[in-house]
Amino acid sequence: MSVLNPGRTTAATATTQEKFSAWANRHRKWLFASPAMIFVGILIVFPLAWTLYLSLTDSQGSVRAASDFVGFENYLTVLTDTERFWPAVGRTLSFTLVALGFEVVLGMAIALLLWRPFRGEKWVRVAILLPLVATPVAVGMMWRLIFDPNIGFANQLLGLVGIPPQPWLSGQDSALPTTIFMDVWQWTPMVVLILLAGLTSLSDEPDEAARMDGANAFQRFFFVTLPLMMPTVIVAILLRGIDALKTFDILYATKGKGGGSFHEVETLNVYAYGLSFDYNQYGLSSAVLILFFMIIIGSMWLLTMRKKAVSK
Amino acid sequence: MTLLHENTEPQAPARQRPAAARRRKPLRTRAYKVFRVVALIAVVLFLIAPLFWMLLASFKTNVDIYDAGKSFLFTPTGENYANVLQRNNYFVFIFNSFWVAFVSTALSLVLGVPAAYAMSRFTMHRSALVVLMARVIPGVSLLVPWYYVFSNLKMVGGFEVLILSHMFVALPLIVYIMMSYFDGLPLELEESAQVDGLTPIGAFRRITLPLSVAGMATAGILSFIFSWNNFMFALVLSGSKTKTLPVAIFDFVSYASIDWGGLMAAATVVTIPIMIIALFTQKYIVSGLTAGATKG
Repeated sequence: MSVLNPGRTTAATATTQEKFSAWANRHRKWLFASPAMIFVGILIVFPLAWTLYLSLTDSQGSVRAASDFVGFENYLTVLTDTERFWPAVGRTLSFTLVALGFEVVLGMAIALLLWRPFRGEKWVRVAILLPLVATPVAVGMMWRLIFDPNIGFANQLLGLVGIPPQPWLSGQDSALPTTIFMDVWQWTPMVVLILLAGLTSLSDEPDEAARMDGANAFQRFFFVTLPLMMPTVIVAILLRGIDALKTFDILYATKGKGGGSFHEVETLNVYAYGLSFDYNQYGLSSAVLILFFMIIIGSMWLLTMRKKAVSK
Repeated sequence: MTLLHENTEPQAPARQRPAAARRRKPLRTRAYKVFRVVALIAVVLFLIAPLFWMLLASFKTNVDIYDAGKSFLFTPTGENYANVLQRNNYFVFIFNSFWVAFVSTALSLVLGVPAAYAMSRFTMHRSALVVLMARVIPGVSLLVPWYYVFSNLKMVGGFEVLILSHMFVALPLIVYIMMSYFDGLPLELEESAQVDGLTPIGAFRRITLPLSVAGMATAGILSFIFSWNNFMFALVLSGSKTKTLPVAIFDFVSYASIDWGGLMAAATVVTIPIMIIALFTQKYIVSGLTAGATKG
């Protein structure tokens, strides 16, 4: 630089500037990456370590209050708790698996419908985007009105075809399926978008070749398109699954504290939130959270392994 | 509909096929076309109808909401909106939501874009994993320690802590999207700029960044939407002065009887701005949500 610019007068500052510039360029890798990593690191590592510590104490009431080290007692309490913890695990898994199942099957069907261009495509795409960006809490409130047993539109619709009114969200057995329905409504579009991106990136040749060989539409889908789409399907399951396991907003917005009076929709996340902020049982909630975290990591690991196997 | 199709159906490809196929094929494709139209209409109705219902209810009086006969025919009233916006001070919450989403997105872009660049160019997969961990961790496990620390620092109820917590959502998203964007940007441009005398950082600033505007728009819009919609962090960390819209709506139902008209007006007020943004930036949102999904 200085060779190109001999008219420079303040040689001293120029050299420090140059030195800094040279230093910055040499270390740009970490110079660029570290601020974000430090930010995330401080906000994650420290809280996670603390959660781990709290899970080994009997902390409750206030984090500031004195607490005793109790070892793995909280984990023992949680793991033998068949009243709240295990049902919550069951609900979390059934919510995630059933919602994901519907979202992937419906999402694939809709993506196939949208795959080839057609007139009015633009409007369908807008319709797909709207549920996806809608605020989950507002969506929860919207469904509360629609599924209200007395004045809701859902029961009006059922009345038209002669089906008696259903309790929906207020029923002890129907609340969780109803929230699964809401999740499917809001997040199927996400799966559609991911799968559609995958479909459009496929080459036409395998499909054409199968068509030449006389394969019908079903055979072409199940033996040609689907195997080629498997990596994308697994990415969709991975992205959606993480969020489905952690679903909180619509559950808390529609059923409130503790997932309703009978804990109908109390998933692990709702349970842990309640223990922490409604009942201030920090030790116990931390143990629940650590176990929850292990479930999430475990399922992610399984899916990533599966994806590697499929991609090969 | 079917009649129209019969006339407009292009006959050319069918003519080249053998006689048997010529008779069967067009009928089958026509049946599929009709099925496709019906199915697409069903999908659109399924996705739009609930939102439409919410919009309708927000213009009804509570008496009309309880009247099944007035599901679609009623005299619209703007009273719910007047109530929500004026009496319940929703303008303040709208501002809060906007401010938190805007600042957390801007700061996350400043931190996230260079980080994503370094992680993409130097293939720092393990470092990327650290940032992406933030997406996986359940928020509740971070909230207890955050709440403790920030309340000791007298920051709970202020904007700073809300913005920090929302950055935690925005940053991993931005890094993830920008990494896949930089991965797709050819190295040659930067290299030739360096041959022309720019330093590596200079090449990043003058060549790569201007080329990445679309990617940054994608990442920024999505992070704005995620922050606007975020509920849990604000539920714990916001105070009466910094309450964001999702928390404000949630507080709406804590009274004994629900004011349905007001609630639907409030829900509409939250969702409309974000939907308008989404309509105008549709392409960006789609490319952001599907970023990296089709890579092997």
